[in-house]
Amino acid sequence: MSLLRQRKPTGTSNATESDPNICQEDEKKNKAASKDKNPKKQKSWSCIDSCCWLIGWICVTWWFLLFLYNAIPTSFNQYVTEAITGPVPDPPGVKLKKEGLTVKHPVVFVPGIVTGGLELWEGHQCADGLFRKRLWGGTFGEVYKRPLCWVEHMSLDNETGLDPSGIRVRPVSGLVAADYFAPGYFVWAVLIANLANIGYEEKNMYMAAYDWRLSFQNTEVRDQTLSRIKSNIELMVATNGGKKAVIIPHSMGVLYFLHFMKWVEAPAPMGGGGGPDWCAKHIKAVMNIGGPFLGVPKAVAGLFSAEAKDVAVARAITPGFLDHDLFPHQTLQHLMRMTRTWDSTMSMIPKGGDTIWGGLDWSPEECHSPSRKRQIANDTQIANENGSEVVVSQIKHVNYGRVISFGKDVVDAPSSEIERIDFRDAFKGQSVANSTCSEVWTEYHEMGYGGIKAVAEFKAYTAGLIIDLLHFVAPKMMARGDAHFSYGIAENLDNPEYQHYKYWSNPLETTLPTAPDMEIYSLYGVGLPTERAYVYKLTSAECGIPFQIDTSADDEDSCLKDGVYSVDGDETVPVLSAGFMCAKGWRGKTRFNPSGIRTYIREYDHSPPANLLEGRGTLSGNHVDIMGNFALIEDIIRVAAGATGEDLGGNQVYSDIFKCLEIKVLIDLGERPSPHQCIFLPRSLGGWPDNQMPDLML
Amino acid sequence: MSLIRRRKQNETSRPTRSDPSSIDKEDDNKKKIPAKDQNAEEIALKKLRKWSCIDSCCWLIGSICVTWWFLLFLYNAIPASFNQYVTEAITGPVPDPPGVKLKKEGLTVKHPVVFVPGIVTGGLELWEGHQCAEGLFRKRLWGGTFGEVYKRPLCWVEHMSLDNETGLDPSGIRVRPVSGLVAADYFAPGYFVWAVLIANLARIGYEEKTMYMAAYDWRISFQNTEVRDQTLSRIKSNIELMVATNGGNKAVIIPHSMGVLYFLHFMKWVEAPAPMGGGGGPDWCAKHIKTVMNIGGPFFGVPKAVGGLFSAEAKDIAVIRATAPGFLDNDIFRLQTLQHVMRMTRTWDSTMSMIPKGGDTIWGGLDWSPEEGYTPSKRKQRNNDTQVANEDDSEVVASQRKHVNFGRIISFGKDIAEAPSSQIDMIDFRGAVKGNSVANNTCRDVWTEYHEMGYEGIKAVAEYKAYTAESILDLLHFVAPKLMARGSAHFSYGIADNLDDPKYRHYKYWSNPLETTLPNAPDMEIFSMYGVGIPTERAYVYKLTPSADCYIPFQIDTSADDDDTPLKDGVYAVDGDETVPVLSAGFMCAKGWRGKTRFNPSGIRTYLREYEHSPPANLLEGRGTQSGAHVDIMGNFQLIEDIIRVAAGARGEDLGGDQVHSDIFKMSEKINLQL
Repeated sequence: MSLLRQRKPTGTSNATESDPNICQEDEKKNKAASKDKNPKKQKSWSCIDSCCWLIGWICVTWWFLLFLYNAIPTSFNQYVTEAITGPVPDPPGVKLKKEGLTVKHPVVFVPGIVTGGLELWEGHQCADGLFRKRLWGGTFGEVYKRPLCWVEHMSLDNETGLDPSGIRVRPVSGLVAADYFAPGYFVWAVLIANLANIGYEEKNMYMAAYDWRLSFQNTEVRDQTLSRIKSNIELMVATNGGKKAVIIPHSMGVLYFLHFMKWVEAPAPMGGGGGPDWCAKHIKAVMNIGGPFLGVPKAVAGLFSAEAKDVAVARAITPGFLDHDLFPHQTLQHLMRMTRTWDSTMSMIPKGGDTIWGGLDWSPEECHSPSRKRQIANDTQIANENGSEVVVSQIKHVNYGRVISFGKDVVDAPSSEIERIDFRDAFKGQSVANSTCSEVWTEYHEMGYGGIKAVAEFKAYTAGLIIDLLHFVAPKMMARGDAHFSYGIAENLDNPEYQHYKYWSNPLETTLPTAPDMEIYSLYGVGLPTERAYVYKLTSAECGIPFQIDTSADDEDSCLKDGVYSVDGDETVPVLSAGFMCAKGWRGKTRFNPSGIRTYIREYDHSPPANLLEGRGTLSGNHVDIMGNFALIEDIIRVAAGATGEDLGGNQVYSDIFKCLEIKVLIDLGERPSPHQCIFLPRSLGGWPDNQMPDLML
Repeated sequence: MSLIRRRKQNETSRPTRSDPSSIDKEDDNKKKIPAKDQNAEEIALKKLRKWSCIDSCCWLIGSICVTWWFLLFLYNAIPASFNQYVTEAITGPVPDPPGVKLKKEGLTVKHPVVFVPGIVTGGLELWEGHQCAEGLFRKRLWGGTFGEVYKRPLCWVEHMSLDNETGLDPSGIRVRPVSGLVAADYFAPGYFVWAVLIANLARIGYEEKTMYMAAYDWRISFQNTEVRDQTLSRIKSNIELMVATNGGNKAVIIPHSMGVLYFLHFMKWVEAPAPMGGGGGPDWCAKHIKTVMNIGGPFFGVPKAVGGLFSAEAKDIAVIRATAPGFLDNDIFRLQTLQHVMRMTRTWDSTMSMIPKGGDTIWGGLDWSPEEGYTPSKRKQRNNDTQVANEDDSEVVASQRKHVNFGRIISFGKDIAEAPSSQIDMIDFRGAVKGNSVANNTCRDVWTEYHEMGYEGIKAVAEYKAYTAESILDLLHFVAPKLMARGSAHFSYGIADNLDDPKYRHYKYWSNPLETTLPNAPDMEIFSMYGVGIPTERAYVYKLTPSADCYIPFQIDTSADDDDTPLKDGVYAVDGDETVPVLSAGFMCAKGWRGKTRFNPSGIRTYLREYEHSPPANLLEGRGTQSGAHVDIMGNFQLIEDIIRVAAGARGEDLGGDQVHSDIFKMSEKINLQL
């Protein structure tokens, strides 16, 4: 660095003497022969001169602004906001400190997929100089500099789901692992700062960072992460005078922590050997934020065709962009090759099959895109006296149960009219790929035209069939996944097969620990359209992925936009997945919750930031931005400082989660529901009162 | 940065004249082909004059920006190994770093490794602060770029200081150690501490699950790290976890600098029963620790600490003052830099852990010292001499040189330092009355305890003239009673007569190797690894500051110089690693703990590994791979190789036992310590 700077002055050193003279002369002449020569002068400027002049001018302005920016006090932003919108409320940490809340329970954060940083510990030649630099998170500078090298290092072994030989990429540890995902894009930072306001610091906050690419059990096998979390929770409980920990998992961390709770009490070689009362002794509350308990439909799209709404939209707007820009060729294929080696993505495939997600002709949710929600709410206030059937009939019926359909006509057709040809036994033809494509490995090439056609001809896939579909299109990946995850519903939870770790992260195939004093919260945002089902089409691409979301499929009446059907949720996780377990599956003493752990639902209605200065908003319900939601932070701080669920006010519900569940009752009792049974519950009714909750045979 | 750059560019505008004119010329030729050559030149000149001053400025800045970007681009474009190529071209092939070399030998991860950083090298970050520190939440106050020191110095001092009475947090301020490997891998950008060692360990397969940085708040006393942060419990729990998850392979501990004392404290704490200790039981160390590899450990403290506490200066600062008088008083802080620094450092209890221990028995009295006759600069010559003169008594060699009284750690005046003890007229300061405050009101905001001493006290201190290691303690008690009152609750500097005395179960003795026994762990090994061959501060010549109004009344007398003795700029130097004298780093492993002694009842084996300093061959080598300096030794290839071998399973005998360059064994002979 210093060498470089030295060189510069020598390049331009002789000039010193002449400079002032020139300037003086210039000024004199300018004054004398002033305006008439102006046009000439401008002409005489060469292109390079003007360029230099421009750059110089920009630099100076830039520096000046930078200087100003550094000179203004840090609270300037706040002043401006206050001037525009009136006094800003205190951040929850400050507010609650004034109320006298202080540190009580140690707090453990469990980050979700994608948000945790990963760094390089050993790499190939091409990753020279990146030792202990972040490959994931931070600035992602290396993605642009050496994309193929980056993909190579971020991928895992295709067979084992562990490190490829000669590469070790490891999770960053400590609070820095996931406080900011990229510079300025907070994940946990706001929550940490607010907890610090009432006295928290690193000795009573612990970030349970893990390698989110691995299957949950493999984090223990490779890194002993689960042991590490166990040991740290024990340490924090011991050094905080025996006060039990409050666990705050986010997104996939919710499933990871479910797995942990089973692991820690399971006997030694497979589990942590903590004994059957470990959770009762060490955990006060689990506050799940945006937990995809039953998986997310987005994961299906990701695994099936490496795209979700965002990618599909990007493709619709700028066709070709994705295929050329970042990577030399075939961006999506590279991405898919990489993500398919990540076992953890399979933890989020929808669980519970048709029972939960709906069959060909019914689904627990109805179409209520949030924009329309408020209108309807007004309608119902008037029409409330009539049977609720009236309200329902105003809404167009949508077959959300068909998570993947080929062609829009297939989605709308009644199930009897769809002609499905079973794909499962279809003969996989010769490789589609010619030799030029072979460097981009995806399993599609082994399927051949025959296989691809068979998939498309089956036409509509429900949640149960999605598993078969994925087995068909990606057999290697699903073979790995089967060893680590399961997607069913247990008939008999006492069956010894459920002691295997692959069931531990599926709430429908495990029981909660015996810890009657524990509390489980489900905190999530509502009011945002969330992906729920997809309309697909075949592509004619030679080396490309043969399936694509059909972005031309659009329907104003039925929540279909750009080929994606959406429901209420936090933009990633539908309400059903985030809320069902706490609303019903675990409520009271059920077979999934034998010790009757109390559950609470806390929903946060999304409202976008009022102006740009607010950044990502303090009232957001978005899957990640909710981590900065003041109401949510306040709830967490109160619990950390000792409050129970009842102190917070019990459930707080905006969506129609409870009402939708009624359908499940009927299913569980063996009655066949009519497709229109999920009734829209307007928010004016304030959710479903607790005492009217049907007592279920769960 | 940007401002400075801009100013430079203002002075460099020659290109304005030549470049544009020639370019213009070409341009013109293209546009007005019929124009004649003579005209062209005239026009060009005219045009030149039409440039306004601002335009040329802009032009200049523009061109410099472009050049800058271009060079930056080139810099980024060259491969990362470019530096290495250049070095190889100059000096021939560079040896493989030890990690690569040992990986080829087939070494892999075996024992988990724990790093214990020293004073100063660990990062500290802000968790709660006053108004003035707004926006610094979870930003580093110590370590990293130190940007805030320049932006808001007084605020920084306020937040880095601890409470003057308790030695804990001041109200409303929480500054906490950074955790994880990042706590001390780099002290400042580009200035490695543990990073090289970590990188080399990673080569043979280490990663975060097998490496642990035992970061602690190095400002507070060792026991207080447990009281406030439960750091000792944390270290215990993490070592237990790592041993358990690594198939029961015991841990290798690598403390550096003050971390050595901290880990001594830890080993006593962990086995002590519960309320005061960690309750790990009497065989915790035997079960969990394979080896303790102390790097540059100040087992008996360092004389530098005395200079720091007494007058907030050491050799470096004394030299700065000599070369640029006034600099320290004006530049960084508005006024009275040293006083502010002193006020801050005196609230840090940990500095007192490094006051010389063992008194005159270890450090020498008025007329003798263990190091007499062994000085670093002359050692190589002497080695040649002695090969010839070896048959004669070693006394002969010693008598050839001027006698140096290293035992007098502080002397007032050079003549005192050299005079035989019988000629020094010492007036006891201990009973002296402390007079009225020297400080007038304007000095109030800079609190140092000197102001309470008054002229009488200061004079009394100077009249005692020569202080040995034992009287240093009394001196510090006299000049800084509050500081030492806190210190004596946490540290002790004596030698135990009877180690079974129940009073030695108190934690204040745990970090003094002369007042504790090693744990009962016969399979454990203790290494002492340190650099030699660099002059190291050992004793000081002081003077009273002339006309100090608000200033610190004592100063190192930088005019004191002597070519015959290792006295330079008022500082006597001995062999060592620039901070820790050989005596302090080596004695315990060379003699105090060797074999079964009363300090080492279970006979833990000890090994000395000295590393001869040689400066880096050229600039590209940075801080060198063969350095022996206190911190730079962390990049010493030989030391790293030793550590990796031990971590991969080797024992002290496998490394070749002791490796000694200095006269540590001879010095140890002179110390009359009951073992």
